Amino acid sequence: MSLIRIKNISRIYQMGAETIYALRDVSLEIKRGEYVAIMGPSGSGKSTLMNLLGCLDTPSSGEFWLNENLVSDMDDNDLAEIRNKEIGFVFQSFNLLARASALRNVELPMVYAGVPSDERRELALQALAAVGLADRVHHNPNELSGGQRQRVAIARALVNQPSILLADEPTGNLDSKTGVEIMALFNELANKGNTIITVTHEETVARHARRMVRILDGLIASDEVLHGNGAGDVKLTQAL
Amino acid sequence: MNIFTEIKEGVLISFDALRANKLRAALTTLGIIIGIVTVTLMGTAIEGLNQAFLKSISAIGADVLFVQKHPWFSEEPWWKVRNRRDIMMSEGKALMRQLTLASAVALETYTRKPVRYEGVTAPAVTVVATTEQGAVVGGLNLTSGRFLSEAEVSGARPVCVIGADLADGFFPFETPLGKRVRIENIGYEIVGVLEKRGKFLSGESLDNQIFIPISRFATDFMYRPYVHIKIKVRDMAQMDEAREELRGVMRKVRRIAPGAPDDFAINEQAAFIRMFNRVAGTIASVGLFITGLSLFVGGIGIMNIMFVSVAERTREIGLRKALGAKRRTILIQFLIEAAAICLLGGLMGLGIAWPVSKVMTQFFPTTLSWTIVSIALGVSIVTGIVAGFFPAWRAARMNPVDALRNE
Repeated sequence: MSLIRIKNISRIYQMGAETIYALRDVSLEIKRGEYVAIMGPSGSGKSTLMNLLGCLDTPSSGEFWLNENLVSDMDDNDLAEIRNKEIGFVFQSFNLLARASALRNVELPMVYAGVPSDERRELALQALAAVGLADRVHHNPNELSGGQRQRVAIARALVNQPSILLADEPTGNLDSKTGVEIMALFNELANKGNTIITVTHEETVARHARRMVRILDGLIASDEVLHGNGAGDVKLTQAL
Repeated sequence: MNIFTEIKEGVLISFDALRANKLRAALTTLGIIIGIVTVTLMGTAIEGLNQAFLKSISAIGADVLFVQKHPWFSEEPWWKVRNRRDIMMSEGKALMRQLTLASAVALETYTRKPVRYEGVTAPAVTVVATTEQGAVVGGLNLTSGRFLSEAEVSGARPVCVIGADLADGFFPFETPLGKRVRIENIGYEIVGVLEKRGKFLSGESLDNQIFIPISRFATDFMYRPYVHIKIKVRDMAQMDEAREELRGVMRKVRRIAPGAPDDFAINEQAAFIRMFNRVAGTIASVGLFITGLSLFVGGIGIMNIMFVSVAERTREIGLRKALGAKRRTILIQFLIEAAAICLLGGLMGLGIAWPVSKVMTQFFPTTLSWTIVSIALGVSIVTGIVAGFFPAWRAARMNPVDALRNE
């Protein structure tokens, strides 16, 4: 049974008199434990697809099943609950709360999940330790480096044990060395059995994944399995 | 997430936000502070006036009916009332004999005279000419001596009972009993001293009075004085019956033809209170409305700043929604922020209003009660929630995709 099942999804935007087809009749399945990269140039519809996969948006037509839930029919509040439980977001610009410590940032999804505060703290500390920030838990984001910030964001994304880790250009705001570190962390997480979807326009980042879906003009252009995982790593390091 | 944790979270977040924008929060709060100060002081003044009035008015007595020429409050033209017959002592005496629902009746008249004791003169003392039951009807208590007796009243004896201020002024070191004071050179022997009674409606002192037998008053100052009659009703529950009986007897005594209107007035405290409440109610509503406007302006300030706060935290709202915050959670978060600003303003406002009301008390009766305090705080929270609702609602309805993309 697939974790994600998308059937004939379209997303249409109305821009004044013009109708824009961001996605046209796309179908896609992703199984639990897969590490998928969604690639495409800007304007290809990959961001729209990511918003739909992240349950931030609903399709104009078609069905989206996530973990046996028909997400495409849900309202705002149900979607919020699904996002909270099923999806961990990692953003290009980290999106941490600036005035809150790393610990508090990681606790946030659990606040919305209603986890009692003792347990929240415990789990947040574990999550931060897992991304190697055990000694930075009380620092605010402005006291952390970019890579550390993204690690906090990854800890936050994983702390509710979601079905999917959804990363939008996770290395876009990082220097290449730190980017490699983050991608290595993703690899590690994938090896532990997490389902990861990264959305990117960089081939080198996409190469880390084990499956690559190319989007072009609102359609899936190709869907290939990448062999020899880690090859991307080699290429990237060579490129440096 | 249950509502309790939502509120707790909202409080934490809002205090964070307020700390981050201290100056802005302070300026916004200023509007609410001013609003709460004015409303509180207005409420304080109104309540103080009410209490001062009720305290004064109790001197009249709730169970006392007054038969007088003039009604206290009336729609009747003054010239009709003016042409009425004066109420004479003989009529009062007839009432004393015939009323069955009255426990005590007193005839009274007043004038203002200088009173002298040896070298000391009190220039304008209210001389109350009364009968022996005047103390019962008027609710007077004595600190020493006794009130005028029936024999002294019927015998027109030159005796008197003096108020507390007179006693203190004339006899600081000795007992006034047995001493003779002079009202226009006529000597009166003091038989009793009244306890302190305070002021009537913040004006005339009730302790600068001297009580003498009305018969003696007729002899010394005014032949056939016109009087007013005070009747203490036996049972408060029978107020209406007593008033009707009084009216019947009075009409009989005056030989008023059936169908003809009364040519006298029956007054009572209740009418006074009704009248006062009407006037005070108008003053209070107009005053609170005007001062309420300043609170309203403060509320607009809150709404404005909440819109700014929502706009500049659009990304944060998007993030919170992405992480699982529902509409209600976001709504509550911003409502609490608005309410917190206002509550802060309310507390500061009270902090200012309290000493100011203490100063005001020097010139004006004021009472800052817990009722006003809790109303002020309640009003400030409600202002915050009302003013914050629209901005918070806008935040709650934001689309997370657009909010996250916001720069």
